Amino acid sequence: MTTNVILETSDLKFPSRIEAVAEAAAAVSDFMNHLGISEEVAFGVDMAVREAITNAVVHGNKLDAAKVVELRLRNTPEAFEITVHDQGTGFNPNDVPDPTKEENILKASGRGIFFMRNFMDEVDWSIGPNGGTNVRMVKRL
Amino acid sequence: MAELNISERQVGDVTVLDMDGKITIGEGSVALRTAIRRLLEENKKKILLNLAKVGYIDSSGIGELVSSYTAINNVANGGGQLKLLNLTQKLQDLLTITKLLTVFDVYESEEEALASFK
Repeated sequence: MTTNVILETSDLKFPSRIEAVAEAAAAVSDFMNHLGISEEVAFGVDMAVREAITNAVVHGNKLDAAKVVELRLRNTPEAFEITVHDQGTGFNPNDVPDPTKEENILKASGRGIFFMRNFMDEVDWSIGPNGGTNVRMVKRL
Repeated sequence: MAELNISERQVGDVTVLDMDGKITIGEGSVALRTAIRRLLEENKKKILLNLAKVGYIDSSGIGELVSSYTAINNVANGGGQLKLLNLTQKLQDLLTITKLLTVFDVYESEEEALASFK
């Protein structure tokens, strides 16, 4: 018997507009409430999801109404996994400067990926089979 | 209801903005930016942001706080002061991990905050 059984899954699509951030966060919140995830964990996951959707809508799809952002939620007994897919041209997360370095601390942007990495246990990026960026985030339960 | 409601009051030469809601990408961040720009245009350069009722902020909102701070401190704008009052624990945690807590002048007492303006 495997312990990596998927208990719940949800696949959602959002148009590339700023309102998608709150809509996706609400969907994730409902999913976490349903699973009984603690408030402290939920806060960090919510933060990471909002940043990932923002990046997908603004930087990936560049607010192009013809493009969508896909959100997949899965939980196993051990973890909660979130995947966000956009239709952009991709980027190298290692090129994003550390926002806590002295020379970057007063910059107005560049903290989203930092928050995603801070609040989730695993964050990785890949290019999807048909292009676009996949970001996969895992929170161990 | 708006995502972020901002009420303005004047205490001596300090402008206090009581903020209620979320400072997130879109409406909340824009509301803060608009309020700060208007105060600078009105030559109000001693600004205290009361964040007691800001229940949520994202990286865009934090970026807007930083932009407000740099705009108000900018010598070209006459070199004002922006201070923060009544951070929630979550906002304090976010400012700590981003190392911004050492940048902002933060107070828990409005009286002390007002007295700190030169």
